[in-house]
Amino acid sequence: MSELLKIRTENLDFYYGAKQALKGVNLDCPEKRVTAIIGPSGCGKSTLIRTLNRMNDVIPGARAAGRVLIDGLDVLSPKMDVVELRRAVGMVFQKPNPFPKSIFDNIAYGLRINGLRDRQKLAEVVERSLRGAALWEEVKDRLRDNAFSLSGGQQQRLCIARALAVEPEVILFDEPCSAIDPIATAKIEELIFKLKETYTVVIVTHNMQQAARVSDFTAFMMLGEMVEYGRTDRIFTNPANKLTEDYITGRFG
Amino acid sequence: MERQFDEDLKNLRALLMRMASLVEESITQAVLALKANDERAARQVLEREEEVNLLDIEVDGACLRLLALKQPMAGDLRFITSAMKIGEELERMGDLAVNIAERTLELIKLPPLKPLIDIPRMAALAQAMVRDVISAFVTGNEKLAREVCCRDDEVDELNDQIFRELLTYMMQDSGNIARAVGLILIGRHLERIADHATNIGEAVFYLVEGKTIKHHIETRDRKNIKLTC
Repeated sequence: MSELLKIRTENLDFYYGAKQALKGVNLDCPEKRVTAIIGPSGCGKSTLIRTLNRMNDVIPGARAAGRVLIDGLDVLSPKMDVVELRRAVGMVFQKPNPFPKSIFDNIAYGLRINGLRDRQKLAEVVERSLRGAALWEEVKDRLRDNAFSLSGGQQQRLCIARALAVEPEVILFDEPCSAIDPIATAKIEELIFKLKETYTVVIVTHNMQQAARVSDFTAFMMLGEMVEYGRTDRIFTNPANKLTEDYITGRFG
Repeated sequence: MERQFDEDLKNLRALLMRMASLVEESITQAVLALKANDERAARQVLEREEEVNLLDIEVDGACLRLLALKQPMAGDLRFITSAMKIGEELERMGDLAVNIAERTLELIKLPPLKPLIDIPRMAALAQAMVRDVISAFVTGNEKLAREVCCRDDEVDELNDQIFRELLTYMMQDSGNIARAVGLILIGRHLERIADHATNIGEAVFYLVEGKTIKHHIETRDRKNIKLTC
């Protein structure tokens, strides 16, 4: 594969207390590409993606072993600045979770806590982020409205804009379309396609067609293990592993 | 887990098999009509065409419906795209059998130009290719599919030979031209039938292995584009 590597996990194990959720997972995510992680419920795909920016740290009894490298730096190292990590590796969740604030303040929030006070500069970043999330045209005249006045699909794009505002390098999507309708889903998928010009994207999805549509690489997981990984077009036309074939053709669910 | 979709695929497979057996029978009868001057057999080939055409339309519709409604993946996807291709190839083969029957009906009215030797040999080769490639499809035998493709060269050579021979008849006596052209066309139709069998072989190989062997792509010598079988 002649791709530049952005993220690599090496023999990654993950435990919730005594329960092992990831077993020796090796995943490569090339830079400025979309990598999709698919697999049945409970296969560890969300655990895996949440390990990439240490969102699992807050869960009591959770621990990881192995390595997670982003640009060659070990994310799991105790020396890692987790706040900086999460700035560089943004995340968008299953349900849109805007702050109970105005549209403008939602985007400006991360910048303000990073110490940015310049109104002109804030307005610039807010506009750029909303444009980046393909939401600007829809909200530019109502930036002071509460974010909850937006539709579900718009709220999700607002969350993407919020992630873009702090200039991340990687964006993680955990089931970003499971709570929104097909038209809003199509908009998010278009957006993901554009985002990869600038960012490395990793997306967890239950929707196989979505993985096939938006991703360049696909990883199939089962019972905490990486079963197969490869270029998306190959995985969906000619998977090498029988388990992958059975899963993507709906022979088990 | 048995899926409703498996039932759909089974029906599609049955349609293709029905189509394949009709086409195979048409080819056999067309060749028989030629060899035995059997007008009745030739007419039966013409009558069968409509049924093959209707099956072709039915296969197309079934494939399109499954693609649109079931969003098939992996082996399922390869089966449906291959089925579309195989249906099309079978339909073309059926047309060629009709063409042979039509030439035969014209030739029957004329005294024989010469005893037929190479055309029946060629017909036997082409028929065996058709039979084997259908069997390769039914049993998912990619080795047989590939092997059928390799036999195409032999048919091509016989066709060239037939052409050269009939050319000499035409040069000898212009009174031979009508009959010689009829036989040349029949040779050409048989050669095309073998080509379509080859295409089906390639589709079956792709269906089973997920890899293309079209245009000898995997064995192509990069430097001098030498083709090997």
